[in-house]
This record gives sequence, C-alpha cells and structure tokens, in this order.
Amino acid sequence: MAKITLDKLAHSYLPRPKSDADFALKEIDHVWDDGGAYALLGPSGCGKTTLLNIISGLLVPSKGNILFGEQDVTHLQPEQRNIAQVFQFPVIYDTMTVAENLAFPLVNRRVPKDEISRRVSEMIEILDLGDKAHKKAKGLTADDKQKISLGRGLVRHDVNAILFDEPLTVIDPHMKWQLRTKLKELHRQFEHTMIYVTHDQTEALTFADKVVVMYEGEVVQIGTPEELFDEPAHTFVGYFIGSPGMNVIPADVNGRVAQIGNTKINLQKAYPSLSGNVELGIRPEFIKLTGDDAGLPVQVTSVEDIGRFKIARANINGVTLDTVLPEGGSVPAHPKAIIDPEKINIYKDSHLVKGEA
Amino acid sequence: MDRTLNNKAWFLVLPVFALVAISAIIPLMTVVNYSVQDTFGNNQFFWVGAEWFVDILHSERFLNALGRNLAFSFTILAIEIPLGIFIALSMPKKGLWVPVCLILMALPLLIPWNVVGTIWQVFGRADIGLLGHSLHALGIDYNYATNAVDAWITIIVMDVWHWTSLVVLLSYAGLVSIPEAYYQAARIDGASKWKVFRYIQLPKMNRVLLIAVLLRFMDSFMIYTEPFVLTGGGPGNSTTFLSIDLVKMAIGQFDLGPAAAMSLVYFLIILLVSWVFFTVMTSLDADAPEKGVQD
Repeated sequence: MAKITLDKLAHSYLPRPKSDADFALKEIDHVWDDGGAYALLGPSGCGKTTLLNIISGLLVPSKGNILFGEQDVTHLQPEQRNIAQVFQFPVIYDTMTVAENLAFPLVNRRVPKDEISRRVSEMIEILDLGDKAHKKAKGLTADDKQKISLGRGLVRHDVNAILFDEPLTVIDPHMKWQLRTKLKELHRQFEHTMIYVTHDQTEALTFADKVVVMYEGEVVQIGTPEELFDEPAHTFVGYFIGSPGMNVIPADVNGRVAQIGNTKINLQKAYPSLSGNVELGIRPEFIKLTGDDAGLPVQVTSVEDIGRFKIARANINGVTLDTVLPEGGSVPAHPKAIIDPEKINIYKDSHLVKGEA
Repeated sequence: MDRTLNNKAWFLVLPVFALVAISAIIPLMTVVNYSVQDTFGNNQFFWVGAEWFVDILHSERFLNALGRNLAFSFTILAIEIPLGIFIALSMPKKGLWVPVCLILMALPLLIPWNVVGTIWQVFGRADIGLLGHSLHALGIDYNYATNAVDAWITIIVMDVWHWTSLVVLLSYAGLVSIPEAYYQAARIDGASKWKVFRYIQLPKMNRVLLIAVLLRFMDSFMIYTEPFVLTGGGPGNSTTFLSIDLVKMAIGQFDLGPAAAMSLVYFLIILLVSWVFFTVMTSLDADAPEKGVQD
C-alpha cells in the first residue's frame, strides 16, 4: 500500500510530439493518498485509460515520473510494481477452478503452500464464492468472473494499488449495484489504494472518495462528489456531472453584475471585468420557477417527466435554461425564474473564475 | 402456432436429393453391393454375405496396411501439431512481417499433392536431387527407393513440409484472437512464459487445435498420392497404405468384392474418428457459460 505521486506526467503516442494537441495525456502533477478510492471519470478518448496504463506499467510516460510511496516506478514492468488490475472483460484462467485461479498469483510468487490455502479460503469466503470454489471458473457468470479477477489482486495482501478499468461494463444491471457495494466494502476492509476508470458518473460518484474528471487529455478537476457538483472547475465538469447537466450561458460579467442579453443578474461575489469567452454556470436544481412577481420572466417551451422530478426547458431572451420542477410541481401561468445567486459560477474560457466576497 | 403444411415443398428438395444420390449415395450403394457378392466374370454375381468383411478383418495384408496408416498419422500429428504451435507462437502479431509470414506459410498449401510428391522424388534422388546428392556427398547412404526407413522418413518430411502450415495458420488464428488483457493480467499475476502458454494460450487454442488434429488425421489417414508418386508403395510393401492397397486390389487385381469390403471398413474408421471429434467439440461448447458475455 502506498501513496501514488504523479510527478509532471504527460504522454504522447507520437514519437516526437510538437504541440499540446499531440499529447493524449497533458501534464498532470498530483499526489494520491494511500488508501484512497479514486475514480477517473471522463468520456471515451479523454486519456483516462492512458493514465491507468501508465500507473499499471503497461505504458512508459513520455514525460515525468510516477512514484509508489518513495519508490520511482516509472520504468518498472507491471509485474515488478506490485499492483492488481481488474479489466473491462473478466480475465480468468479457463482450465483452473475458482480456488486455483485465486491461488495462481501466490503460486507464481512462491508463497508457502499452507499460507496459500489459508489466504485462498479466506478470499473465497470474502467474495461469497464458497459453493463454487472447486468448480471450473469457465462456467461462471460474468459477475462471478469479475469477482475472481478482483480476488486475484486481493489475495496478495501487499499490493500497492488496485486498478479497475471499467469493470462493470459486462455486468447485468441488477448485479452492478451489488458488485459496487462489495467493492466499497472491500475497500473499507482492506484499505488498498483503489483507482477506478469509468465513463459512468453514477459509478464514479458512488465509488470514489475523490473523482478525477478528465477531458481531452487534461485533468480538469479532482474533488469530492460534492465539490464537483457545487463548484465545477471547468464547464465540462458542469455538463458531465449531474443529470441534467449545468446550464452554461454566455454572459458579460462586471463587478457584481452578470448580464445575459438585456437581463441583469446580481452576483454574490465581485469579479474583475472579464474579457474573452465568459460564461455563467448554474445548475438546474438552483433555478426555481414561480408565479410571483419577483424573478426573470421566462417562457417554458417543454416539460420532461423523468420520474423523481420534471425538467422544464425555459427560454430567457432566446437563451435556453434547464430548470428542475419538484415532484408534483407544475409550471405557473406566468412563470418567473429565480436563480439562487450563491450557486452561480463564472467561467472564463471554460475555466472557473473565483470571485471575491 | 399453426403451421401451413404443404407437401409440395418436397419437390423443392428433389434436385438436391438427386444430386446427392448421384454423387454419393448411388456409388456408395454400389460399393455395398459389391462387398457382399462375388463374381467369376461375365457379369455374373452371387451372394457371399459378410464373408469379404471377415476375410478383410483377418487378413494380414489389411491389418499391416492399417497399422502403417495409423503409425503414419500419429507420427505426422506428433510432429506437425507441436511444430505448428511453436511456429505460430514465434510469428509476429503485428507489423509488416505479418502478411509476409502468412503468405510464406500459405505457399506449401497451394501445391497439389502429386506435385509435392514429384518435387520430393526429384529432390531426394542421389544422382540429380539436391537433397539426395548432398547426403551422399556427406557419406550418408540415403535411398528412398530401396531402403524402407529412408522411404518413410521422406514421406513424413514431405507431409510435414506440406501440411504444418495448416496447423500454423489455425493456431495463429487462435492466438491472435486472445484479448490483450489476458497477457496483461498474467504479467500482473507474475506468470512465467510457460504458464502463459499452459494456462492462457493453449486453453484458448483448444478449439482450433481440435480442428487441426481432425483435418490432419483425416487427410493423412487417406494419404495416397505422395507415396504413390514417390515409391508406388515400396520398397516392398513398406509404404503401401490402405488407399494404395485398395487401388492395387480393386484395379490391379480386380478383386471387387474384397476391395469393396475394405473400402467400407476404411470409410467406417474415418467416420468413427470424425464422430469422436465431433462429440468432443460439442461437449467443449457445452462447457461455455449459459449467460453473460463469454470472455
């Protein structure tokens, strides 16, 4: 077990990268805590698998170093790094039984026999595979197979980190939830550093203590699920996290006033006068539709019922805003939108600008 | 659900049935017919029952030829399967050399049997053949026409040269279909090269290898052209395989009854082996998980 230091890491698949765009992974400089549960979240092609492969040792980064604890492992092979990995598709050894599968990494490391059988039976119990221990692994369901892949990492008590590469992709929906709960439980029990790659925000937000959001090869934010929700550091995080995503509207910002078209909105914080591509971000949850006089007059163009709540699409001077209607709520006759000023974030060129109180 | 029954549909099957009848069933029945009769010429046949079958199964000539066939098939399988796997493992998995290797491997498969026989017949000749001449120059007394061991070695080498490629191509197809994650997982688990082969590559190749063994067994069990071209079954009877013997008996000696009985026994042996393979393969399929994505 170890903390993981990403020391000015960057990677390009091209032999001689010239511009920033040639990098599949742009420079990242971070320390990940020992025993933390991290999720790498982002759309396909954002560089999260590249980062994972650098951590596991399948890729040597073009720039920078990676440290496990105090040891520089940048140029070590995966087998020398003492990590475990669970892949997208379950990897099991077909011809072996479940117990033999779990014993395999220990046998390869010449662990004494009685120690192996003790750890394997312990692991079988933890993974609830007792009734299948001596069955061939080949005939099992995908979720059991994934448990075995995970178990092969956990039997080695001393792994530095356990990496997950979209491990729930092939799992039936009703089993996903169970397996995720199991993962959390195991994380609490063993306190391994866990790194979980996914493009599913629900998976990331429920699994991780800290979510690393990646976009176009760049880490745009590392934070707790609350931080990602309340203060997205990048408009992409705003869109990507939350359902529906954050409203991002072009605005002019000056001091404590934001102007959208002809509409002025008072802000809680003061901003320097911003130039370039300035946008105002507000989550649909923080816009209330009322029939009172206060607020901005809007036209509601559509209402979508998505179960727990409804999304009303409102129009202010040609700008479309998603707003959330509470359960049982309805659109007032002359709707006005009230925006919670505390929850407004201001972005310049897609990046968050901190205001002064 | 109600199905519309229309017996006229059988007419649509008729052409295929006629074709199969002419190409397979009628010739086979002719053979069956011969196998239970004897003739003294003049197109006069009389019934002998199972006599020819009893004769054949007790004839030393048949049993010797069968023994040679089995020995030949097992020898070439014992060489071609491991060799084919080994070559497939050594072949590049990506890059420019892949097509080059594949084409090189496919070349021997394109050469007709009798040409292969002729090539090696000339190649092995002591007077003008490169191989035969070189061996003589080295002081090795090699002559496939007079020495049974030399004849056997030549035919085995010829078959290995001609057909190992098939095993290579099948194994290679099995190998490249193994997802990269298996190798990565094995590295992380600390598996040695041998263990990767034993627990990942070999199990993932078992289906294609079964097909390779089946094809190579059937084909080698029916071997005819190469020994016929090379030595005509000699020296003595040393390379007289079942098929060569069959032709000698049917066309050389015109013993239609025994030859027919022999070819039926021959046919049944191949059918039996194919059935065993088919059963093994379907039982392998039955092992696959009933739900979820497999591998």
